[in-house]
Amino acid sequence: MQRNSFDRNEQQYFYGMVAAGLLVVAMGLFAAHMMEEHGHIITGMNNQIVWGMPHVFAIFMIVAASGVLNVASIGSVFGKSVYKARAPLASLLSIALLAGGLTVLMLDLGRPDRVIVAATHYNITSVFAWNVLLYTGMFATVVVYLWTMMEQRMNRWTKPAGFVVFAWRFILTTGTGLIFAFLSARQAYGSALLPPMFIVISFAWGLAVFHVVQSSIYAWNGKKHTPEIVSRMKNLLGIFIIGALYLVAAYHLTNLYFAHQSAFERFILVDGGIYPQLFWWGYGLLGNLLPLLLIYTPGLGKPRNVLAASLLVILGGFALLYVFIIGGQAFPLNIFPGYEVKSSFGDGQIGLYQPSLPEFLLGLGGLAIAFLITTIGVRALNFMPHDKPHVVAAGATD
Amino acid sequence: MSDTNVQRRQFLKTSVGAAAVAIAPGMLLFDMAHGKTEAVSSKVRWGMLIDTANCADGCNDCVKACNKENGLSGGLSPTDSQWIRKVELKDMRSGREVSLPMMCQHCAEPPCVDVCPTGASFKRADGIVLVDKHTCIGCRYCMMACPYKARSFVHEPLHDQKPDVPRGKGTVESCTMCVHRVDKGQQPACAEACPNKSILFGNLNDPESEISRKIRTVASTQVRADLELNTGIRYQGI
Amino acid sequence: MRFFLLALLLVSTPVWAADSLIPKLDIGKGGKCVEEPQWMRKNHMHVLLHQRDETVHQGIRDGKYSLKVCIECHASTKDDSVIGRADSFCEGCHRYEAVKIDCFECHSSKRKSSLAQEASLVQKESK
Repeated sequence: MQRNSFDRNEQQYFYGMVAAGLLVVAMGLFAAHMMEEHGHIITGMNNQIVWGMPHVFAIFMIVAASGVLNVASIGSVFGKSVYKARAPLASLLSIALLAGGLTVLMLDLGRPDRVIVAATHYNITSVFAWNVLLYTGMFATVVVYLWTMMEQRMNRWTKPAGFVVFAWRFILTTGTGLIFAFLSARQAYGSALLPPMFIVISFAWGLAVFHVVQSSIYAWNGKKHTPEIVSRMKNLLGIFIIGALYLVAAYHLTNLYFAHQSAFERFILVDGGIYPQLFWWGYGLLGNLLPLLLIYTPGLGKPRNVLAASLLVILGGFALLYVFIIGGQAFPLNIFPGYEVKSSFGDGQIGLYQPSLPEFLLGLGGLAIAFLITTIGVRALNFMPHDKPHVVAAGATD
Repeated sequence: MSDTNVQRRQFLKTSVGAAAVAIAPGMLLFDMAHGKTEAVSSKVRWGMLIDTANCADGCNDCVKACNKENGLSGGLSPTDSQWIRKVELKDMRSGREVSLPMMCQHCAEPPCVDVCPTGASFKRADGIVLVDKHTCIGCRYCMMACPYKARSFVHEPLHDQKPDVPRGKGTVESCTMCVHRVDKGQQPACAEACPNKSILFGNLNDPESEISRKIRTVASTQVRADLELNTGIRYQGI
Repeated sequence: MRFFLLALLLVSTPVWAADSLIPKLDIGKGGKCVEEPQWMRKNHMHVLLHQRDETVHQGIRDGKYSLKVCIECHASTKDDSVIGRADSFCEGCHRYEAVKIDCFECHSSKRKSSLAQEASLVQKESK
């Protein structure tokens, strides 16, 4: 390979990227500081839409953090060597995304200075409190898992550690789904379908994030994609996208079937303004149809197409979460079934929400934290997927 | 076992007993001297019965009294706190119109308490549901869980709060059933302010209380009774 | 040698300056406190914490160590507040010790019955 200007300046590029990441993190922290100084009045959130843009970012990252481990699980638990080579990178990504998501969630609290209270006062009946344990446990188990993979003397523990991680992330995503599933009074939530829906969605988002990161690392190191591996992973991505779509469809169809939910479904799918737009164009077209076309159309499905499909899946994920979280709250609570209601507190009215700059900055800051951890991790340690030639050949058949 | 051992045990038992007898009245006296009231108990369950037939359309006196008592601004923007609000209902089939005050329903099985990660949302033994703002981290999960939209989040720094009603930025709050008044033996401000006496406050656990007797004789409902939260606020006429 | 003297000067400066920096507090009405002042200086946060939980969760409102009672006595006679100035009863000391007070973001820092207002009324009347 001839040395070009990129190779000569590679070091500078790395520091440039770290600096850019730090800048975005700093902006996020500044936004959080402003929110603490002035209160949530500077955000678009209010007493009707109590969770806003920060939660869209945070939940995306937390769900993807669990899903990206799928790559590791297929390697360690199901013994597929193509995925085994990618398990360390998947674990690093998981830690990075979890750290980013939790930081956003924490900094959005009304009293982030009291976050320690969440550890000292523990309400056993709260799903949120369970999740605090699930998240910290996830960090710990993934770190141990990584250690068993990267330290050769620990290699024999990789499989059991992989099993623990495999089980743990299922429970974790179930917990994330339960946060909403337990809200029985809200039309948008309170469905037992939500935990499995979140689990399958996490597979798609996690694999999409993994593809994007892997492609970037390959490009950075001037490494070529192996067609067999790309083909295997793109098919998996396709299956996950279809699986997620199926559960989202099932969730809406069950809602449509219950007469008392039809007003809500009408709002989300037809006449709710921004929400149906985002659902059909953002999630439906960009997040599902286009990626599936890019993956399955004969002649497409090349690494470039798979990268585009992955980016679209991520975009569609944000659209879906926006509709789910914010649209779900915008629809008024049905406090008096059978009555038309109005009041000074927004009863019976669609809640208004205008995301504000600090919210975006906080969310992007979380993404930047994940980006920094990944960038520095990949450079400092050996996370590059190493496929042995015979593995590639076998990979096409096993 | 030797005799001395038995004797020693006997001695210890007697002396501990004697000490207890000597100290106990002193401790009792100490408590009385300091006038320490008893903790609230579950023998009482505070509740309200709201007669919507008497609740005048357009009358806002309960809301005003609440704002005054608790130091709320009275602002109506979506980021302002409203502990009690007047809701105008219209039956979609018959067209019958009803007006009623809506606030925290002080559930016996409050969803906000179940979901609160730190236990800041809690129910007092006497049934009043409160937020302990010392441990509230402002996650707003309780607002997501409340079926009645009863809670508000303090979006801005506050000044000049009422000494009896601490409130602050970044925490969630809602109707306290005027707990500071109830503990002094008074009625909640809204009940006292209602010109038509449509808000009847009392002890649901005492069969002889006015509220219990009335609930036995007239038809009353709980809002979203299907959720089986056993609310402390009951309504007549809806 | 010169370096040694300089170092000595640097080290000792806070010591002789400290006396003048000790906050002179406006203790409001003052009078007998619920405990010895020295004990209160050391332990007020513990008793307040203990009693706050009893009050909030169990409705016991007439305990001895109430923040409201502290303020009733110790708020300044000038502005009825325990915070806001360098000599305010709470803030004066907390500034000196560099300990953040969390209480007054939610709790009122003013006494219920205004002394400052009374004082100004008396002044007006005597004029």
